[in-house]
Amino acid sequence: MTTTSRVRSLLWIAPTLILVIGLMYVPLLQNIRLSFFNWSIFDQEMNFVGWENYRQALVDPFLGTALRNNIAYAAVSVVVQVGFGLVLASLLDRFATGRLQGFLRSVYFLPATISMTVTGVLFTFVYDPNVGILNAALEAVGLDFLTRAWLAEPSTAMGAIIAMSQWQWTGYITALLLVAIQRIPADLYEAASLDGAGPVRQFFAVTVPLTREMVAILSLVTVSNALLLFNEVVVMTGGGPNNSTQVLGTIVYQNAFVNDRMGYAATMSTLVLALTMTLGIVQMIWTRRKRVTL
Amino acid sequence: MSTTASTSAVRPPLRDGGHRRPPRAAGRGASVSGRLVRIAVWVLLTLMAIGVLYPLFWMVSSSFKTSTEIFSSPWALPTSLSPESFVTAWERGVFQYFVNSVIITVGSLVLVLGLGTAASFALTKLRLPFAAPITLLVLGGLMISPTMILVPVFQLMIALHLHDTLFGMVLVYTAYRLPFTIFLIRAYMITLPDEVLEASMIDGASLLQTFWRIVVPLCRPVLVSAGLVYVLFAWNEFPFALVLLNDPELKTLPVGLLDFKSALQTNWSVLFAGLTFAALPMIALFVAAQRTFVRGLADGMGK
Repeated sequence: MTTTSRVRSLLWIAPTLILVIGLMYVPLLQNIRLSFFNWSIFDQEMNFVGWENYRQALVDPFLGTALRNNIAYAAVSVVVQVGFGLVLASLLDRFATGRLQGFLRSVYFLPATISMTVTGVLFTFVYDPNVGILNAALEAVGLDFLTRAWLAEPSTAMGAIIAMSQWQWTGYITALLLVAIQRIPADLYEAASLDGAGPVRQFFAVTVPLTREMVAILSLVTVSNALLLFNEVVVMTGGGPNNSTQVLGTIVYQNAFVNDRMGYAATMSTLVLALTMTLGIVQMIWTRRKRVTL
Repeated sequence: MSTTASTSAVRPPLRDGGHRRPPRAAGRGASVSGRLVRIAVWVLLTLMAIGVLYPLFWMVSSSFKTSTEIFSSPWALPTSLSPESFVTAWERGVFQYFVNSVIITVGSLVLVLGLGTAASFALTKLRLPFAAPITLLVLGGLMISPTMILVPVFQLMIALHLHDTLFGMVLVYTAYRLPFTIFLIRAYMITLPDEVLEASMIDGASLLQTFWRIVVPLCRPVLVSAGLVYVLFAWNEFPFALVLLNDPELKTLPVGLLDFKSALQTNWSVLFAGLTFAALPMIALFVAAQRTFVRGLADGMGK
């Protein structure tokens, strides 16, 4: 297309640029600036405090808990969603054909279409000590000693939230990995089969290396999503009991909108930004290096 | 909105496994161990399906029970199918949340697809000055998350008097999802041949006419995918809605349900009915257009 003037073509993208710059990049920079001030919603006067917020953040007891919880969430999610998801996708590809495969894929995917608030509230009931089906199921199979108030005990609350997320997202990742597996040319499996490789060998010799790029991307997406963990915690525990389920997202939110420490919350956000940028750079280097050519 | 989308795209549509190659396990199925493996796999696949579906089934069936029934026998099926708790939930606020969610979702869907298509057009087919850095800037937005901008966006919305307004939500959702939407549409639009557009221009069509009559129809498959993925996001979004909406009359379903939860501590069946109301539209949409859904998401992940 050559007939438009270059300036007029800018009009096509101007609204997008205004929105993206105005509501995303400007706030991003503003956030960094705010992290050096102390201020409250009620008293908009801002006091410059330099690195004070960062100094406090480094010794904030909740930051350690939050980081640990985010990392635990990320680790479990990569292993279960991407690792087990890849196995599950291969089994679907190999053992379920046609409509049945489509049906199972849809069933597994289903929870991902539901709001995390809905699944969060639903699972507060699943975990409920009195009427929850988890305790009821444990009792039914004679494991009464395992029953507990899952979300009310600091030792199990975070695990319960993480488990719920695996329920919600494993099928989603599985469906995407199934797409990647089905893009592998069939003759590679046939060749492996002729060489005498059984299903397990084929999985490690063909499926794993040829889905490596998608696996890498999905792992990084999963890890970045782990940094964003927020809804489930707000809905299910609000960070409790005894702050055992605080994550980066909830300490930003609580400092800003519960404790009214806006500047300090901005500091926490900036730390999340730094973490995400690091991951983004890793992602760029990783995907460039690991690109498998077919 | 049309949900039954045809998915004939430039990329080959997703196929179900077995079609392409013969079921490889079948050859070994004759042996005893092969058969055992098959059975084990099917037990696993079925247990997975039950594990996924049962909590959802429990949610729906509990909304037909009375709270006493839920309490006394969590596994039992409801004794009657009276829609009482659905009616109560609807009247106690779910209707309002539902309407707000629809307004915000539809409003921002129109904006995000409209602006996203126009921007992708400029980035791929027009002689846009600084096209490369602008593309980088827009796609760089993919790395920005609500957590990083919650405080300043809240501040900005108050300054613009858009805090606690549906319009403000529409703008924030649109801005936040434009990078991803453009990422999807742009990748597709690059593959459209320039000749078609040039021919249209030579025939005397204006740029706007060419865009509307040629580009938009050609992009229909990706617009449907991107639209579905967007609706899924907008309907379920939580952090922005939590921070930017205070007025109970304006809350969306995800944040409204949180209020609902604390207001209805003991009225469980009504709460379950509210959850069902919130979940159902997306489940229905997904069942109607699941291939397009998965393809849109897979394309977003890179192939």
